[in-house]
Amino acid sequence: MPRLDLGRHSLARGAHLALRRALSALEAGEELVIVGEDGELEVHLGTHARRWGAGVERDGAGWRVSRPMHLDGRWRGAERTGQAGIDGVVERASPHWGLAARGAAVEAGSPEFRFPLATRDELWTEEASRLYLQAAAAQWDPSTAIDWSAPISHPPEVEDAVVQVMTYLVENETAALIVPARFCAQVHPHFREILQLLAIQAADEARHIEVFTRRMLLLRSAPALSTAGGQASLKTLTDEPDFALASFLTSVLGEGSFLVLLRFLEHHAPDPVTSAVARLAAVDEARHVAFGLAHLERHVARDPSLRDRMANAVLGRHAALQHTAGLNEEVFESLVLLAAGSLELDALERGWDAVTALGEEMDAGRQVRLRRLGFSDVDAKQLSSLHTRNFM
Amino acid sequence: MRPFVLGAVAYDPKVVTIWDGFKLFFEERGLPFDYVLFHNYERQVAAHFAGVIDVAWNSPLAWIQAERIASRTGRRATAVAMRDTDQDLTSVVVVRADDPAQNVSGLRGRRVGVGAGDSPQATLIPLWSLQQQGLDTSADVSVVRHDLLVGKHGDHIGGERVAMEALLKGEVDAACILDANLVGFAADGTAPAHRVRVLHRTAPYDHCNFTILDGVDGAACERFVSLLMGMSWDDPSVRRLMDLEGLKAWRPGRTEGYAQLDAACTTFGTIDAFVASVG
Repeated sequence: MPRLDLGRHSLARGAHLALRRALSALEAGEELVIVGEDGELEVHLGTHARRWGAGVERDGAGWRVSRPMHLDGRWRGAERTGQAGIDGVVERASPHWGLAARGAAVEAGSPEFRFPLATRDELWTEEASRLYLQAAAAQWDPSTAIDWSAPISHPPEVEDAVVQVMTYLVENETAALIVPARFCAQVHPHFREILQLLAIQAADEARHIEVFTRRMLLLRSAPALSTAGGQASLKTLTDEPDFALASFLTSVLGEGSFLVLLRFLEHHAPDPVTSAVARLAAVDEARHVAFGLAHLERHVARDPSLRDRMANAVLGRHAALQHTAGLNEEVFESLVLLAAGSLELDALERGWDAVTALGEEMDAGRQVRLRRLGFSDVDAKQLSSLHTRNFM
Repeated sequence: MRPFVLGAVAYDPKVVTIWDGFKLFFEERGLPFDYVLFHNYERQVAAHFAGVIDVAWNSPLAWIQAERIASRTGRRATAVAMRDTDQDLTSVVVVRADDPAQNVSGLRGRRVGVGAGDSPQATLIPLWSLQQQGLDTSADVSVVRHDLLVGKHGDHIGGERVAMEALLKGEVDAACILDANLVGFAADGTAPAHRVRVLHRTAPYDHCNFTILDGVDGAACERFVSLLMGMSWDDPSVRRLMDLEGLKAWRPGRTEGYAQLDAACTTFGTIDAFVASVG
C-alpha cells in the first residue's frame, strides 16, 4: 500500500499539496497510508478528506485514506482550447473558452464571453507571432532614443510649419491608436498573437503621439490648426465597424501613405529632432502596414468577396469626403516650407517639387499594396486615386 | 400548483444567489419552488410551525429546537437531507503553541474564548465536551463569548475568527472553533499553523439539515429530496450551486450526529425559553 510520511510537517502549512499529489496517483480502490509527527495531523487530515470526499480510517500509527471521488473533478469534462502553439489555432474559437490561454483545459460550465472577432479567416496571419516579437523587441524609449537638446536653428516661419505638421500628425496618430484599440477588445483571446499585435500597435501610437506632441511644443506653447476636413477624413476611419475594412483603410492605405510621409519628413526635416521622431515612428508604422497586409492577404484568399467590399469602402469613403477640402492648405504649405527650409524662392520651388513627388510616391506605394491584395492594375490605379487627399 | 416553499436564514448575501439558483434548478425539473429568507433561525423555526414554509434549511441548533417543539406539541420533525460536508465534523479547542497546558485540566482558572452564544460548533458542543472532560465551564474557567450575529447559530464565521484573534492577542487562553476553520485560518493568515496547537478535539457531530414537519405535501417533498440526491458535482450546470453551498454530494438526513448538541442544550438550557414559546 502506498505510504506518505509527512514527518513534522503540517497539512495546514503546505503539506496538503503533497497529500493531494499522492492521492491523485492512487488507482481506483487503492488506499494511501499517511503517517506524520504533527500533533494536528488527524484534525487537518479529517478536514481535507471531508472537503475532497475521501474516507479516513485509523490504521495503527497512521491513517488510511481512500482516493477522493472529486479530487480531479474540475478537470472532468474540461475542454481543450486548441493547442498552445501557433499551429494550434482553430477555425472558430468558442465563446465559453473566454480568457483562457490557448490550449488550456477550460472547466465545463465556464461563462460565455462576447468576442465578435472569433474566426481564423477574419483575423489570422502566419506572420502574427513573428511581427509581435519584432514589435516587442523594437520598442524604444522616447526620452533616450531622441536627443531632445539637439540644436534647432531654422527661422521662425519654418518652425511654424513644423508645428502645423506635428499638429496634423498627432491627430492622425490618435486615429491610428483608437482603431486597433477598439478592435483589440473584440478579438477572441484564442488568437492571442493578434491581440498582442493590436495592443502593441496601440502602444506604438501612444508613443508617436508623445514624441510628436513633444516636438510640437519644443519651441512653441500651443499646437497649430486642426481642420474640419482633416477630422472628417479621420472620422471615417474611427467610424468603420468592420475589422477587415478598418484594417484596409487604416493600415494598408492610410498608414502605408503615412509611412512615405514620415520618410519624407525624416529626409527633409529642418532639424535633427524632427528627423529623429519621424524616423522612429516610420519603423513602427512599417510593421503596422505589414500586419494589415498579411492578414488581409490571407482573408481575401479565403473570401474573395472581401475584395469587392474593400473597393466599395474606398468608394464610399471618397463619396463621404468629396465635399471636404482634403489635405488642408495649412498642412500642404507647411510641408512645402518644411522641405524648403526657408522662404527663399529657390528653396520654395525645391520644397514644392518635393511635396509633389511625395504625392506620386504615396500613390505608387498604394498601388503596389492594392495589387498584393489581388486588385488588377486598373483597379489598383483607380482605387489609389480615390484615396483621401488627407493621406491617412 | 402551489410551490414547495423553503425557508433559509440570510447569514450572508450569497444566500440569495444560492437559493435563486436552486429555485431555477427545481423549476426546470418540474417542481414549482419558492423560498423565504429569515433574519434568524428562531424566526424560521416559528414560521415553520406556523405553516409558512414546507421545508427548513436548519442549523443543527434549529433542528434541536424544531425536534423539541414537535415533541412538546405532538408533532413530528424529520431531517430529510444534508450535505456530505455536514457529516462527522469536529470542533477543536486550540491554545497558543507555547502554552503550558498539556490537557484540558490545564485550562483550569483560565479564559476560554468561544464564538456566538448560539453557535453549536464554536460554543455549545466544545463547552459541553470540556464538561465531559471534567471541567466545569461555569466555575473552573472563564468563558469569553464573541457574540457576532446572534440568531445565525454560528453560520457566520466572524465569531470564531474574533475568538482566534483574541487567542493570538493573549486576551483569552484557548479558543473553540470548527476543525475546518483551523485549516482555513491558517490559510488566510488569521492564525498560522505554527502559532497554535490543538489541546482538545470533540467527538464527531453533524451540522445542517433540511427539516420537514408532519403534514407536508409528501409527493412534493419526495420530489424535492430526489432532485437533490440526483445532483452530481460532475454536472457543470449544478456544480456552481454545489460549490456555493459547499458540498460534493447530498446525503439522506440522519439525526444520530446531533446527540452531543442535544445534551449540550439540556446541560446549558440554551433553547428552553424559545422552545416553550412556540406552538
